[in-house]
Amino acid sequence: MANGESEVGADPAGGFVQLLTPDGERVDSVTTAEGVTYSVSFTDEEYRGLYQDLVTVRRLDAEATALQRQGELGIWASLLGQEAAQVGSGRALRPQDMAFPTYREHGVLYTRGIDPIMPFGLFRGVDQGGWDANEFKFNPYTIVIGAQTLHATGYAMGITMDGKTGAGDGEAVIAYFGDGATSQGEVNEAFVWSGVFHAPIVFFCQNNQYAISEPLERQTRIPLYRRANGFGFPGVRIDGNDVLATYAVTRTALDNARQGQGPTLIEAYTYRMGAHTSSDDPTRYRIASEVESWKAKDPISRLKTFLVKQEIAGEEFFGQVDEDARTLALSLRERVLAMPDPQPVTMFDNVYPHGSPLLDAQRAEFSRYHASFEGSAH
Amino acid sequence: MSRIKDFTLPDLGEGLTEGEILTWLVEVGDTIELNQPIVEVETAKAAVEIPAKWGGVIARIHVEAGTTVEVGATIVSIDTDPSAGPLPSGPVPSAESLAAVEVAPAEGAVEPGLIGGPAPGGRTAVLVGYGPRTVTAKRRPRAGSAPVASAPVAAAPVASAPVTQPPVAPVPAAPEPVRSGPVLAKPPVRKLAKDLGVDLATIVGTGPLGSITRDDLQAAVAAPAPVVAPAPVAAPSFDTSREQRLPIKGVRKLTAENMVASAFTAPHVTEFLTVDMTRSMKVLERLKGRPEFRDVRLSPLLLVAKAVLLAIKRHPMVNSTWSAATNEIVVKEYVNLGIAAATERGLIVPNIKDAGRLTLRELADALNALVQVAKSGKTPPSDMAGGTFSITNVGVFGVDTGTPILPPGEAAILAFGAVRPMPWVHKDKIKVRQVTTLGLSFDHRIVDGELGSKFLRDIGAFLTDPEGALLAWT
Repeated sequence: MANGESEVGADPAGGFVQLLTPDGERVDSVTTAEGVTYSVSFTDEEYRGLYQDLVTVRRLDAEATALQRQGELGIWASLLGQEAAQVGSGRALRPQDMAFPTYREHGVLYTRGIDPIMPFGLFRGVDQGGWDANEFKFNPYTIVIGAQTLHATGYAMGITMDGKTGAGDGEAVIAYFGDGATSQGEVNEAFVWSGVFHAPIVFFCQNNQYAISEPLERQTRIPLYRRANGFGFPGVRIDGNDVLATYAVTRTALDNARQGQGPTLIEAYTYRMGAHTSSDDPTRYRIASEVESWKAKDPISRLKTFLVKQEIAGEEFFGQVDEDARTLALSLRERVLAMPDPQPVTMFDNVYPHGSPLLDAQRAEFSRYHASFEGSAH
Repeated sequence: MSRIKDFTLPDLGEGLTEGEILTWLVEVGDTIELNQPIVEVETAKAAVEIPAKWGGVIARIHVEAGTTVEVGATIVSIDTDPSAGPLPSGPVPSAESLAAVEVAPAEGAVEPGLIGGPAPGGRTAVLVGYGPRTVTAKRRPRAGSAPVASAPVAAAPVASAPVTQPPVAPVPAAPEPVRSGPVLAKPPVRKLAKDLGVDLATIVGTGPLGSITRDDLQAAVAAPAPVVAPAPVAAPSFDTSREQRLPIKGVRKLTAENMVASAFTAPHVTEFLTVDMTRSMKVLERLKGRPEFRDVRLSPLLLVAKAVLLAIKRHPMVNSTWSAATNEIVVKEYVNLGIAAATERGLIVPNIKDAGRLTLRELADALNALVQVAKSGKTPPSDMAGGTFSITNVGVFGVDTGTPILPPGEAAILAFGAVRPMPWVHKDKIKVRQVTTLGLSFDHRIVDGELGSKFLRDIGAFLTDPEGALLAWT
């Protein structure tokens, strides 16, 4: 293959930053060719917290997939397989940092402390999935591929102009996107602007190997992280199924950004274990042996192995985590099923912060029209 | 809520209207948990497992495997509280009967063609998202208060069950409405009318605001044809219980459509040639001993494929398409070599892309891979699209030859019969030789007898003397 990766499911040629192997072995620290050293030091409690995050986001995702199959969601974009990339990077954010997600960042959303129910309105078609982006420092899901990288770049340039960077307690921005998005003009424009203006932003690319059905070798002839060189900022590739490496590299990149050292591209090398969305059938374009080889690199089982070997957690803890996740998932199911259908007139809400005379008139006319029907509100 | 809950087929992928029940993973009486996979459904987009929406006991399976059902149809009923004891005797109101009550369309229900309303052809118009629901507009405008235009609209039938009847051609109510102003019709209907040479002004529309729908147009076109009442069929005097009725669907249906389309569009000519393949069989044996071919399965089909590829190079016109739409013959400089394969799901013809560029070893690998994938039933649609020339290897079934039908879009197809030891005149003596029969069908619109004969003769020449042909032609 053009990008030097030929074996099915093999680790990428040229390596990546890995602090926890698929067998659950800890690597103390990794020093890259550029001389940057990455490591983490977590307390037992923090290790257990990461495990709980991973299991919880996977369980919620499974519930959502089931709800879609049962006709309760119009569509669902599953994060299965990408939990470590999302939890590791999400937990690396500091409270003041701003995140710009795609429509698959349910794991990052969870780490931001947002009620997991929030995106379900969007996928159920009863609201726009709107939460207060400023309150949670988490932008709404962006469906348009790659568009959020420009929003993030603009935001990052803005906080620089506001003088919110340049110190250890400064702000930073993270923009999420996938391997397919790197072929979009927007993403390249965002790279250009961020590079030129030294914007405090981390570009976090979850390379899950497929842009819907299009494989990576149709996106690039060089590893994606090396693209950053051409735009004048550093790029790092990490084992995206390793929550520790993801945390370490993202934390460093964000701190560099907040201190005024400009952008970083992180390529989290991972794999989408499920379909692109519930409307897609991956067996039509992927071979089973490839999926199998990635199962052996599961982000959760490697952390579990590590916790067991190090005697950081035992069966009781794992059982409790599973039970808590199940309870949360079932309560999420109940709440999704109870979501009220929207009133037609609510489409006029949230267009302008303080309304507009034209919209007010339209709303009044529309309300009258609806009142002209017999029966209940809907 | 009743303890028996009906599960209806959801829209599994953004705007689908139906799905085929592939396999039931449970039986009536099985105890199931929430989210346990219970049924496999194949839609136009994907085959997926559906997890149970409720835990309980399977009370009734409404639809057998192999059936295609519309989105919204009840497929299974689940007893969600089996511990409460046996169900009360007497018929449980079926989902259909309950649905029927709700479905009864209110007077002046949603206008045909509007979202949520019935659309031409029995479909339901939707945008994106949750599936076509035929239970719509239980409310109706208060008399005199509705600001919508209330032009008389023929009450279109609201489909509540899978549509089995073709839509009845609308009968215009007498007297015919006098149209004023321009003719209303959507662009695709206008295009169809133009293609059919029909003046839309001569048609009475039944769509919204009197616009002309596709059905109106098709009814108008069909109308002049004399309607022949089907002759009364005498009741069969034999035992029909011993007939098996198989639904026409899937690969069978596709094959039928393709073959009918091809057989009645392209004028087929078939020619035959019996050739002595002994030298080819010996070459094959020698190849097996070579290190380059040590780990690959070699069959006579490989040499036939090679012969076809070389012969196409000498006669490119056989590798072409008759394009009536553009009034052109499209001659291809690449060969996507189709190989007909019998699979459990039926006949498929996957093709090897750009086979003319492959070395013999690559061709052998591609043939083996193609057959293996076809047998596993995993051939992706992309492998079956874009074929330019096909081979059907009927010899593997032990027959000598056939008159193959062209795959649509291809100008020629070769049938490769069984290779048998036969008495053959060889160097003026009767010897036992390895003999086969080739059958070549071609599209006479593109290929004349002369070209077809030369092409077939070249394939035969290669198989008779592969080394000589290779040296002479390449």
